[in-house]
Formats: sequence, C-alpha cells, structure tokens
Amino acid sequence: MTSSEAIIKVRGLCNQFGNNIVHQDLNLDVYRGEIIGVVGGSGTGKSVLLRSIVGLMTPAAGQINLFGQDMLTLPATERAELEMRIGVLFQKGALFSSLTVLENISLPLIEHAGLTRHEANEIARVKIALTGLAANAANLYPSDLSGGMVKRASLARALALDPDILFLDEPTAGLDPIGAAAFDQLLITLRDAFNLTVFLVTHDLDTLYTACDRVAVLSQKKVLVADRLDVVANTDDKWIHDYFHGPRGRAASQAADRLKI
Amino acid sequence: MTQTLTLEPGPEPCLRLRGDWTLGHYRQLRAQRVDSPGDVQRIDAQDLTALDTAGATVLLQLLGAERLRELTPQALGLSAERRALLLAVADAMAKQSNDRPDNRYRFGDGLAQLGRRMLSGWQQLMAFLNFLGLTLVTLLTLLPRPWRWRMTALVAQMHQAGLNAVPIVALLNFLVGAVVAFLGATVLREFGATIYTVDLVAYAFMRELGVLLAAILLAGRTASAFAAQIGSMKVNEELDALKVHGMSAIELLVIPRLLALLITLPVLTFVAMLAGIAGGAVVSVLTLDISLARYLAIVQEVPVKHMLLGLSKAPFFAVLIALIGCLEGFKVAGSAQSLGERTTSAVVQSIFVVILVDAIAALFFMEMGW
Repeated sequence: MTSSEAIIKVRGLCNQFGNNIVHQDLNLDVYRGEIIGVVGGSGTGKSVLLRSIVGLMTPAAGQINLFGQDMLTLPATERAELEMRIGVLFQKGALFSSLTVLENISLPLIEHAGLTRHEANEIARVKIALTGLAANAANLYPSDLSGGMVKRASLARALALDPDILFLDEPTAGLDPIGAAAFDQLLITLRDAFNLTVFLVTHDLDTLYTACDRVAVLSQKKVLVADRLDVVANTDDKWIHDYFHGPRGRAASQAADRLKI
Repeated sequence: MTQTLTLEPGPEPCLRLRGDWTLGHYRQLRAQRVDSPGDVQRIDAQDLTALDTAGATVLLQLLGAERLRELTPQALGLSAERRALLLAVADAMAKQSNDRPDNRYRFGDGLAQLGRRMLSGWQQLMAFLNFLGLTLVTLLTLLPRPWRWRMTALVAQMHQAGLNAVPIVALLNFLVGAVVAFLGATVLREFGATIYTVDLVAYAFMRELGVLLAAILLAGRTASAFAAQIGSMKVNEELDALKVHGMSAIELLVIPRLLALLITLPVLTFVAMLAGIAGGAVVSVLTLDISLARYLAIVQEVPVKHMLLGLSKAPFFAVLIALIGCLEGFKVAGSAQSLGERTTSAVVQSIFVVILVDAIAALFFMEMGW
C-alpha cells in the first residue's frame, strides 16, 4: 500500500535547547501509507522530532514539508487546515479530563466539521467501536479508564477527523504484553482501513517487528538509517547492533518469525 | 456532484451511492431517506467519489451493521480501500457489546441526590473524626519516644506556616483595625462617645477578630498548602512508598504540620491582636484627636481575660485547619484534577469550620458570662 510519494519530508532540521544540540541537519522521508517506527536511545530527540513535525515546536533551522507544503512558512490559516489532516496520540493520552470519552471525540467534530452535538456523537460512537472500546465506555470520564482504554480512547480522538497521518508517541508504553499486541494489530487494521500513514515513536521491539514497514534510527543528532527492519538491524553501528541483537531484540525477532510461520 | 442515494427497485433492489460521502457533507447525507432499506440486496458504488468514516456511519445507520457487513463484499465498483473501511466500521459496530448505559433522568433522582449528599456529609464527618483519633493516638505513642520526634520537619513547617505568614497577618489586621476604628468613630460620634472607639477596637480584636482573621488567613494559606503537598505525594505514589517502607504517613507528615500550627497560630493570633490595635491607634491619633498615651491607657484598662478568651480559641482552630488540610490531601485520588478539587475543598471546609466554631464559642462565652 506504500507509494513512493513522501508525505512527510524533513530536511536539514536543527533543534537545540540552550547549548544542548538535539538535532543537527536531520533528514527524513515518510511515504504515504506506511507505518514508520522511530527508535533511538533516551535523549536522542524522538519526541522532539515528533513535536517539530506536528508544529508544537519551532525548530532552530530546517524545512518540514507535510503534504508537499512547507509548514514553517505557510500562513497560519492554511497551516491550520493542514493540521486538521493529522492526528496525534500523546504518550499519556492527553484526554480532556473534564469531558467524557464521547465528548472528547466529538469535540473536534463539533469544532472543525461544524456538526451538531447529536451528529458528532453518532460518528464518535463509530470511532469508539473502531478502536475496540465497549459502547458503555463512551460515557466514562478519563479518570475511570484503564491504561489500555485511555490509549484506545485517545486513538479514537486522534482519528476523529479521518486524518491522513497519525502520529503516535510510545503508544504501547505502560500496556501489558497482551494489550500491546492487540494495539499493534489495531494499528495495522486501521492503517489498512483508512489508508493511514503512521509515524510511530516507540521503544517496543515487538511493535517494530509486527507493525512497522520501515524503521528510522535516531542517533548522533540525525537519522542514522531509515529502511526495512532487516536492513536496519544489520547496519554496522554499535548502538543499532546492541539494540536489535541484545537479548530483548533477539526475543522479539524470534517471536515475529514464529508469527509469520 | 451532489451527494445522493437512490434505491432502484426491481427483483434485486440496488442502493446506488453517488458523490462525496465525507464528513463535510454529513448533514446532507443524513437527511437522505429511502423507502424500506431492509429490502436492499446490492450496493452500487460506481459513482461514489469519496468515502470516509462519516459516510460509512450514514450507511451503517441506514442498513445496520450486520446487513452492511453482508452487502459490502459484493458491492459494485467499490475500491479495495473503501471496502476495507466499510468492513472495518461494520465489523467494529457488530462486534461491540451493546449494553448502552441508561442515563435518562427519572422521577426521584433529586431526592436520591439529596440523600447521597447527606450521606456523603455524614461520611466526611466520620472520616474527620477517624483521622482526628488516629492522629491523637499517634501523637500519644510518640510522646514518650523523643528520638522519633521530627524536629527538622516541625521547624520547617513552623517557618513556612508561621514565620512566613507574619507580614500578611500583621498587614491585614492593621488594615481591618483601622477600618473598625473608622466605623466606630462614624457611629459613636453621633452620641459624642468617640472615645469608646478605642474600647471597640481593643475588645473586638482581643476577643474575636484577631484570632478569627489569623485563622482564616491560615486556612487559605496553609490548609491549601497542606492539601496540595500531601495530595501531590499521593498522586506520585509517595505515600504508598512510605507505607511499603514501614513508615507512618501520619507520623512523618501530619504530626509535624499539626504541631507547627498548634505552636504558631497562638503566636500569629497575638501578632494579629497587636496589629489590629495598632491600626486602631493610627486612626484614633490622626483623625479622632486621641493622644497615643490616652489610647494606650484605655487599652490597658481592658481586662486581660478577653485576650485570653481570644487566644484560647487558637489551638482549636489550629487543629481543625491542620487536620482538614492534611485529610483533604489524603483524599486525593490519582489525578491532577482531583488534587485541585481537594485543595479548594480544604480551604472552603476549613474557613467554614473556623467561622462555625467561632460562632459557637461566642455563644458559649456569652452564656457563661465570660
């Protein structure tokens, strides 16, 4: 389903906090319809990269193209229109705590699509079903949800406007292995159904092996390599070698092989 | 192209979809009706130009999840992507458990709500008394064991809750003292008894206002701080960590705060009385032509028992404020929102209780003729 059209194009990105340079001359292409996993050690700026692309942070230098448009020089109104075509799942869900799950999902529909509350709720209920939540979860408040339900509910909110690109920040962190595996499957199902492009920041090796088409490794302030998993795993770099051929990496790779058989 | 839906009759009624079935046209799509959608045998999507979840939702409502799932695979002119979308939506809705909660309002809900409120008020009172008992028992067990007294924590709390509050307590009481003096002067001038303004200020601050204002300030300043400190520890699971390590949160957190207020509130009350009387003095000297010496002489004639009555309330207020603040902190349940609610509740409750107890004490002192 992937095509050669780069839907996200990052060129020469530089980010720094004070004297701490996080990214220097970073380039990355993400193609339409793929699930790309972004990995890297702690502090290599995975989340910073995500925040730069979705526009939560203005980079020190560089170019960020979404849908072929330069996000940094685009006028605010056109930029806001493009931003409606992306959905973000934050690490802790970031559901609005004073709204129920249903209201959380309806909110962007009411605000941006101009629907009435009743109409928005109908669509929101479908999104709730799509993300595998039970119907009675709709009227719960975020504080009443378990970790896995929070992730699903905020995924439903990220999908509210049928985005083209979905950004996920460590979606399986804090989930039990069964919940995490179910989430990986859900991601693949939704990608196929919505023809989504998924930008996935993760530490979860199982997710990389089961869900990702390509893997980008952040190291030494740039994208060291971005390619299919088997190519990346055999790249000659100490960190990459330790990452994919350490005990956890081997276990995840074996588990993925078993799945394929 | 307009978004339309037509049902072609025949031996196999066919549902023909046309145009953009997307979120932007949702209202228009919803308005479409066909007769007897149950008879539909085929879906023709050759003229369908776009489809998203909103369009799928309309179809779903028209046909029902089961029917949509049956018809989608044989639908005409449906691209693989759109077929996957329709199937995903139909599957998800068909699989979802359908136990919708009943959230309509019924007769008597208001009464039930009132009952719940009463019950929760009663439970809150019980929780407070439990907490008071627990704290007192812990305090008694600590008394003969001086090596377990937390002197550093106590002094730190006294600094924060007591010493740091002196400027604001003094300033506030000084201003209120001046206001009371103005008020007294205005009313008493008509009787030619402006000299009694001094008595008014002195009695008011010694018996009531000094301790009341100090306690209210402490309730706003310190009860909220206690609730926020202990509550954020609860959110962060620090209280559980204490427990796992075999340490008592009451001993480590509550006792130092309680003792700190017990020691500092009487002192603050005394400061408040002095500041209030000083405020009255400034007004008297500057606008009522009462000399400072005369003012002080009249204040000295006030029996000392009034000051003692005022001071006697301070320890009670201190216990109430400290315990309500800490208890609300312990009641925090996991989220930052709950932390905010509990902090607010600590302030409201402690101010309420302080004023209530002060009113009861005033009645009691009056009946006793003190």
